[in-house]
Amino acid sequence: MSTTVSHPVSDIATMLRRNLRHAQRYPGVSLGTLGMPVVMLLLFGVVFGKTFKAGLGGGDFNYIDYLIPGILLITVTSGTMGPAIAVCTDMAEGIVARFRTMSMFRPAVLTGAVLGSVLQILTSLALVLGFALLIGFRPNASFGDWLLVVGLLVALTVAFTWLAVALGLVSKTPEGASNIVLPLNLLFPFLSTTFIPLEAMPKGIRWFAEYQPFTPIIETLRHLLIGTPAKPGDGWVALAWCAAIAVVGYFWAQKNYNKGTVA
Amino acid sequence: MSAAIDVRGLRKSYGPKSVLDGIDLTVAEGTIFSLLGPNGAGKTTAVQILSTLIAADAGEIRVAGYDLHRDPENVRAAIGVTGQFSAVDGLMTGRENLILMADLYHLGKQEGRRRADELLEQFELADAGKKLAMTYSGGMKRRLDLAMTLVGRPRIIFLDEPTTGLDPRSRHSMWAMIRDLVAGGVTVFLTTQYLDEADELADRIAVLDHGRLVAEGTAEELKRLVPGGHVRLRFTSPEEFTLAGQVLPTAVPNSEALVLQVPSDGSVHALRDLLARIDDASLAVSELTVHTPDLDDVFFAVTGQPTAAQHEEVMTK
Repeated sequence: MSTTVSHPVSDIATMLRRNLRHAQRYPGVSLGTLGMPVVMLLLFGVVFGKTFKAGLGGGDFNYIDYLIPGILLITVTSGTMGPAIAVCTDMAEGIVARFRTMSMFRPAVLTGAVLGSVLQILTSLALVLGFALLIGFRPNASFGDWLLVVGLLVALTVAFTWLAVALGLVSKTPEGASNIVLPLNLLFPFLSTTFIPLEAMPKGIRWFAEYQPFTPIIETLRHLLIGTPAKPGDGWVALAWCAAIAVVGYFWAQKNYNKGTVA
Repeated sequence: MSAAIDVRGLRKSYGPKSVLDGIDLTVAEGTIFSLLGPNGAGKTTAVQILSTLIAADAGEIRVAGYDLHRDPENVRAAIGVTGQFSAVDGLMTGRENLILMADLYHLGKQEGRRRADELLEQFELADAGKKLAMTYSGGMKRRLDLAMTLVGRPRIIFLDEPTTGLDPRSRHSMWAMIRDLVAGGVTVFLTTQYLDEADELADRIAVLDHGRLVAEGTAEELKRLVPGGHVRLRFTSPEEFTLAGQVLPTAVPNSEALVLQVPSDGSVHALRDLLARIDDASLAVSELTVHTPDLDDVFFAVTGQPTAAQHEEVMTK
């Protein structure tokens, strides 16, 4: 029987501190991932904004309002590139081998990395949201709606970060890690209701967009932020996707972290 | 004395390639054990298995009294590992690296900082403590690495090629640090490809070659495995050389170099005897060297291949 005492909270906090220190010393990746949603926002909201507005109904339809929920999602997925690369790089270093030979709470290394990344992504979300308000985003959400928005964004961030960490662990190189999370950044947001509603899509793409996880999440955020009608149950579907992605990501990541070692 | 490490029938293979092919070894508490072998012999794999990093295919392993397979957490709590590749966090300072370890050992904030500063001092890193570890030289990184291993005061320390790539000065200071550890009661399991390192440090040496232990014992015991002790006498004139050959009939002559090799165990008694015979014949010997077999000879004898150093020597001749 083991007589060692496990310290999960303390070990996770230690790993979180390490992660935040890295972010502070090497802010390149975290800042870089903030560029993507901002560019998308400027490109679609400002440059193409008028055309999209005209195509989607014109009048007093505010395309920036329509766009922001999807942009928030892109902020999250873009932000997950950081932890994917960081974890892949970390695993190649001797320090993780050292952690694995120490008597510590084993899931702490990855959990610390995920928490650090979640804090960074939430900061990015706040910045993007601030920028959006600056260029004309006018949500009409109540205080309760905002709480639900924040809750859903946190759940989303946790889920996608665990998935990205798992993908980073199965990648052999940091370049590979950044490529493997790219579909999360491009394919899913573009083939969802980020930029245009389902009715405006060709049939096959429309089917994919309707049933992939991003659309119910975006529709739920849109409903909460600007009061567009949502399909009944979209909120639950969105939460279910977050939970499923988080669970798969967590166990996949921990399994890879422990690969080959004595339990 | 009880065993710090006890291994029976350890096996590990990667696909069809057998890396460790049935290893038995015992390391007594408070001693330095050296696993000696060329690159690719399986040394690192052995350390990775004994330190719980990878699982063995077969074998009974006890480390610090705990069954490694059933109770890896207690093994981990008793050991410290300094691997072949630097295990420091380059984006943190030396001091932060040590505090990170102290936090993972739950030493408490004050005690952790005290221990970090104490180790920085001990490993001559006090001045570099505030610099990022990525800016350290190879020797400094290795010292920080070992200091991090010691934060939790492990009872058993694994050192995988601790001096590979270090300059001679760093190498000697690393040796001194390892000796200090053992003086403090720690058990050290060390791998090396340098025979002089094993000779210098280890209480017991096991020679690993192609996944098998081909010899084991103290440095002295291993040296006794090979014959070849002799006294080498060099002469300046061919006349003296020829005369000496008659006086010392057991000697092996090399007439080109004017050198005689007189078989000898190198003891004082044998030397006094030899010197008396040289004096009696009034031989003018220009140089006398005593050659006892070193571990290079042992290595060659038990593995049938020269070490890297010997190989180089042969090539340049």
